[in-house]
Amino acid sequence: MTPEQKDGPLLQIRNLEKRFDVDSGFLESLKFRGGKLRRDTRAVHAVNDISFDVGRGEAVCVVGESGCGKSTVARMVANLLTPSGGSIHYDGQRIDTLRGKALLPIRSKIQMVFQNPYASLNPRMTIGQTLEEPTRYHNPGLGSGEIRDKIAKVMKSVGIDPTWAARYSHELSGGQRQRIAIARALTVDPEFIVADEPISALDVSIQAQVLNLMLEMQEAHDITYLFITHDLSVVEHFGTRVVVLYLGSICEVADTRTLFSAPKHPYTKALLSAVPSLNDDSPSHIRLKGEIPTPIDLPPGCPFQTRCPLANARCRVEKPEPFAQSDGALVACHAVEEGRTDAGMTLQEAV
Amino acid sequence: MTLLSVRDLTVKFGTRGTPVTALHGISFDVARGERVGVVGESGAGKSITGFALMNLLSRPGYIDSGEILFEGKDVTKMSDREIRRLRGNRMAMIFQDPMVTLNPVLTIGQQMIETLRAHRRLSYDDARQISLVKLKEVYIPSPEARLDQYPHELSGGMRQRIVIAIALLLDPQLIIADEPTTALDVTIQADIMELLLEMCRSNMVGLMLITHDLGVVSQVTERTLVMYAGRIIESGKTRAIINDPQHPYTQGLINALPQQTPPGTRLRQIPGSMPTLSTMPPGCPFNPRCELATDVCRARMPEITQFGEVQVACHEVKRLHAELAELEGAQ
Repeated sequence: MTPEQKDGPLLQIRNLEKRFDVDSGFLESLKFRGGKLRRDTRAVHAVNDISFDVGRGEAVCVVGESGCGKSTVARMVANLLTPSGGSIHYDGQRIDTLRGKALLPIRSKIQMVFQNPYASLNPRMTIGQTLEEPTRYHNPGLGSGEIRDKIAKVMKSVGIDPTWAARYSHELSGGQRQRIAIARALTVDPEFIVADEPISALDVSIQAQVLNLMLEMQEAHDITYLFITHDLSVVEHFGTRVVVLYLGSICEVADTRTLFSAPKHPYTKALLSAVPSLNDDSPSHIRLKGEIPTPIDLPPGCPFQTRCPLANARCRVEKPEPFAQSDGALVACHAVEEGRTDAGMTLQEAV
Repeated sequence: MTLLSVRDLTVKFGTRGTPVTALHGISFDVARGERVGVVGESGAGKSITGFALMNLLSRPGYIDSGEILFEGKDVTKMSDREIRRLRGNRMAMIFQDPMVTLNPVLTIGQQMIETLRAHRRLSYDDARQISLVKLKEVYIPSPEARLDQYPHELSGGMRQRIVIAIALLLDPQLIIADEPTTALDVTIQADIMELLLEMCRSNMVGLMLITHDLGVVSQVTERTLVMYAGRIIESGKTRAIINDPQHPYTQGLINALPQQTPPGTRLRQIPGSMPTLSTMPPGCPFNPRCELATDVCRARMPEITQFGEVQVACHEVKRLHAELAELEGAQ
């Protein structure tokens, strides 16, 4: 499959990598070891060799715990970070190498909604100004009246009274702010929205409002979502496909229904079992022992080996590659590949 | 004797104009060894309740009226000395973010030993021994090494375990846990909740768990208080509240959870948002968002009434129950 195919998936991510240098300057990178001065840079391996596709009209959810690289993936897709390796193709066009003016058309197609609406809106701009800026920038041909009409239309569509355009963001509640953040993304008529934990800073009753709004926008404007979250109940409701990340590597990619009915990777199983449900009388989750390794010194082999109940000698040396299962799920786990899961289940139950 | 008995607690915040009321005369009890959940959205007054119990409210917040009886003595009338003897000793608090709770410039050991020696006459070595035992109780691997480590050397889950160990150091009767797992990942959250539950069960410690997560409440607590805009609007057995919520707000809160609707469909949202302290509507605070609201709801605050296992403050629920009773009476 060549990424140039137009009728292929909307977004193709291939072997994506991102490293952040820990030692920022030249002097910091000098280390005194064994009587000699050496240059030695350490890096945080935030994202390691990730590949997945997002089809048109899908809502792909990326889940994982803090530090697993899910926000880094989102920022690379939105072109806010430059990948250290690999490629991102949008609609057949490679976008991760674009710079300057060439990036403009992509920016109006891919928009981002951030986690915290208290931080992502400029406190010194009115709602009107916040929405006007991207509209004017991406539609230089429009007159002032047309821009005002467009903003009013977008505000109405997210359930905010257009007469509020003169207000500042501090006058709004968290839910209203997140609506404005979504409205800001919608002003440029995007095809693709990257939403990085858009509801985790909001209260339960407000979360439902914002999720409903995002579903409505998907239907009304035919928007494709890349949805970053740690909340699995939201994933089950909202996502069509799920990518489970652990320490910057993919554990499992599957359709939402497949993932929730038949999780395969031991980490996915633990994650699903840890979600507190209303019907539980007492916690009954798969307990993961051990610590998450730091992404600076990643162990060789599977990143999950330190906490995995199924880990064996092979897991400690060889990193598992995602391979397809009969139900279409991609799983990166030696134990699943070798069929060691049954023994593992009894092991987990014993823990 | 109940462990904790709060009666008509009213907390106000002094502003430049008239003071605003954060807690409107709330009353509840916690029995010995009982686990009580306090649920609500941000701004409902959950944390203020916890802070008031520990007498940690600081200017401009103050307790306006009401009493907090802990083991029969009124905390609101105690001197600073008496409160210091109580705080950390008889009741302890666990805060949301373990990175902020622990002192970054002291080792874990120093913080534990300091707490112990502030309350009891203990030698340094004895205090260290007790600390070790407590760290083992909360399943900290290699506790000896941890005592000499600084908080930044430990992971979030480990830090929160240590905070729990510190809270348990002096064998308190009541632990107030204010969103203890909100800053943590789900797999770690599940571990910490299980640990808290185990600690409370085995030591007969009362727990007041402040959270916005109904799933957590359902797993850990026996009784639940639902708060809205500084009032307790529903309370009772956790099972009863989760399975058969009475108050329209509680119903809305549970129905709004994604797991309550089939995937891909609209969630049942509660319209609007909670009023702020300075824009409180007259009557029931929930009336602007309530589908059932009548003129009575807009005029008068409903009183708390007992229906079976739960207590609810709602005019409409009361009316429905009265109608039901009438129907049954007619038959």
